[in-house]
Amino acid sequence: MLAVLRDLVRHNPEFRIGLVLVLLVLTLAALSFASPYPELDVYVVPPDVPPSSAYWFGTTSRGQDVFWQVCTAIRHTLAFGLTVALVSRLISLGVGLLAGYKGGFVDRLLMSINDTFIVIPLFPVLVLFYFVLRDNMSWLALALIMSLLGWSYDARLIRSVAMSVKTREFTQTSVFSGMTTREILLREHLPYVLPIVFSTTLANMNWSIGLEVTLSVLGFTDINTPSIGGMIYWANQHTALVAGIWWWIAFPVIVVVMAFIGLFLLSVSLNEFIDPRSRLARMGQATS
Amino acid sequence: MHAYLAYLAKRIGQFLLVVAIGINLAYAITHLTPIDPVEQSVAAVTSYGNAAPDAINQMRQSLRELYGLAGSPLQQYATFWGRVLHADFGPSLSAFPTPVSTLIWRALPWTIGLLVTSTLIAWACGNYLGGLASYYRKSRTLKAVGIVAMMLHPIPYYIVALILLILFGYVVPILPVGGGAAMNLERGFTFDYIGSVAAHSVLPVASLVLVGIGSWFLGMRSLASNIVTEDYVAYAELAGVERSRILQSYVMRNALMPQVTGLAMSLGAIFNGAVITEKVFGYPGIGTLLIDAVYAGDYSLVLGVATISIVAVSAGVLIIDLLYPLLDPRVEAV
Repeated sequence: MLAVLRDLVRHNPEFRIGLVLVLLVLTLAALSFASPYPELDVYVVPPDVPPSSAYWFGTTSRGQDVFWQVCTAIRHTLAFGLTVALVSRLISLGVGLLAGYKGGFVDRLLMSINDTFIVIPLFPVLVLFYFVLRDNMSWLALALIMSLLGWSYDARLIRSVAMSVKTREFTQTSVFSGMTTREILLREHLPYVLPIVFSTTLANMNWSIGLEVTLSVLGFTDINTPSIGGMIYWANQHTALVAGIWWWIAFPVIVVVMAFIGLFLLSVSLNEFIDPRSRLARMGQATS
Repeated sequence: MHAYLAYLAKRIGQFLLVVAIGINLAYAITHLTPIDPVEQSVAAVTSYGNAAPDAINQMRQSLRELYGLAGSPLQQYATFWGRVLHADFGPSLSAFPTPVSTLIWRALPWTIGLLVTSTLIAWACGNYLGGLASYYRKSRTLKAVGIVAMMLHPIPYYIVALILLILFGYVVPILPVGGGAAMNLERGFTFDYIGSVAAHSVLPVASLVLVGIGSWFLGMRSLASNIVTEDYVAYAELAGVERSRILQSYVMRNALMPQVTGLAMSLGAIFNGAVITEKVFGYPGIGTLLIDAVYAGDYSLVLGVATISIVAVSAGVLIIDLLYPLLDPRVEAV
């Protein structure tokens, strides 16, 4: 594991940049625990102060310190992405492993359901959810809804790996030694798909955070949990751009863009690492 | 021919499945959640003061009918499907008494125009540049394009649209940032009107293209770089086939089919992006309609747009699927 990390850092500039960006964002998120102000309190500092040595990122029209707000918001946003990614991993692992191993009718059935969820445009569906739930649309409810809707793309990837693992000899050995399907999937096949599960976790976080930011910007989420989208929502409510309070929008945007690019680069470089062909090509490039 | 018919039947079956699951999902969201939209509306009205119980009861009754909540669960389900199949979602509350379907048909051409234009530009440019990048590995320009694509691709549509809005709306105000065309122009096939529509679509299309191009570029580059190392490409090079021909007919042609499948698979996500991009630029399409309907509390309009979007996107995927055999000689031959 450590050797893999060392190799990635040494040979893969994308991984290096991604790692630095993600670590920076994580540091900000961790700093939020040291925030001097309660996260929901308003008018704790003078409003509309531009970035200065006292307030690094300036202050909002609601009298909040942008720096500490951004730290808290990115923590909630990342936690949201991670929750969605972990819960939806359970579904995509179950569907992907089972479809890949069983093949035949089960595979066809699961994959047509899977493809259905790939096609359905989720944004209108989520808006419909918000319209019905309104104030009951809590942070956790949204995370669960998005996990239930956002597993399909990765289930397909996991299935393709599971299909190739199935043809290996050890699968037959386990069948003949009397292991049940569940045992084979969990003990024998799961370890082989874990690398791709890891890289899809990062990609899925990007997907869910992107949708969460979009929904919160419109005010279609629980606005009582500070998030990056929620900050932009409040800034728009106070017409921050027209009033020239650019720092209220600029800093959350910069931090969340760092998170997006960082997670994406990590997931891409892990994917490349999993695929031996591109790994060899890269090492060839490095030596030549 | 037989195989093509089988393929056709399979694709149409998948389309019907998507529509069925999507519509059932919409039904489940609106009918099976513990929150009763009628009681919420009643509570919202009564919270402003006391009202006559008779009036409230009447309101409750008509709201139940409007929301399709009258009758037994089975009747409600039938009502729901009836509305969807007739594309009749009743009158819009926020634009009373215009029917919801009229509002949607009015907005749909804008969204389709925006989506088709931006998707075609992003797909064609992304794939072409990606193919070039895989073939001319040493080119510095293409490496730079790759880095830009990698930086832009993971950013959500909203953020890119917002940045373009700030840049071209406030910092360098050279492009129109609101609406679909200038307000003072008569609709029609006049030079002024079409020019105005084109100018208003520049920023929405640009933000959709900027985000979209990255995934096609990266996908094509990685697909094609595996093909470039194949023996037949080396053979063609040794045989003196022109490089542009090798790139187009030998390398990119073979990597194109997965990219067409990819287009069908990501259409839903592209549609999501178009919805929010429209709202940012106040573009008069489905997305702006949907979001404004939520703010206005217009139930029938929200439900109408959501179901029509599901049907429209799956129809788009079906069209791509049906075109696929025309592009892939292997499917046509069998």
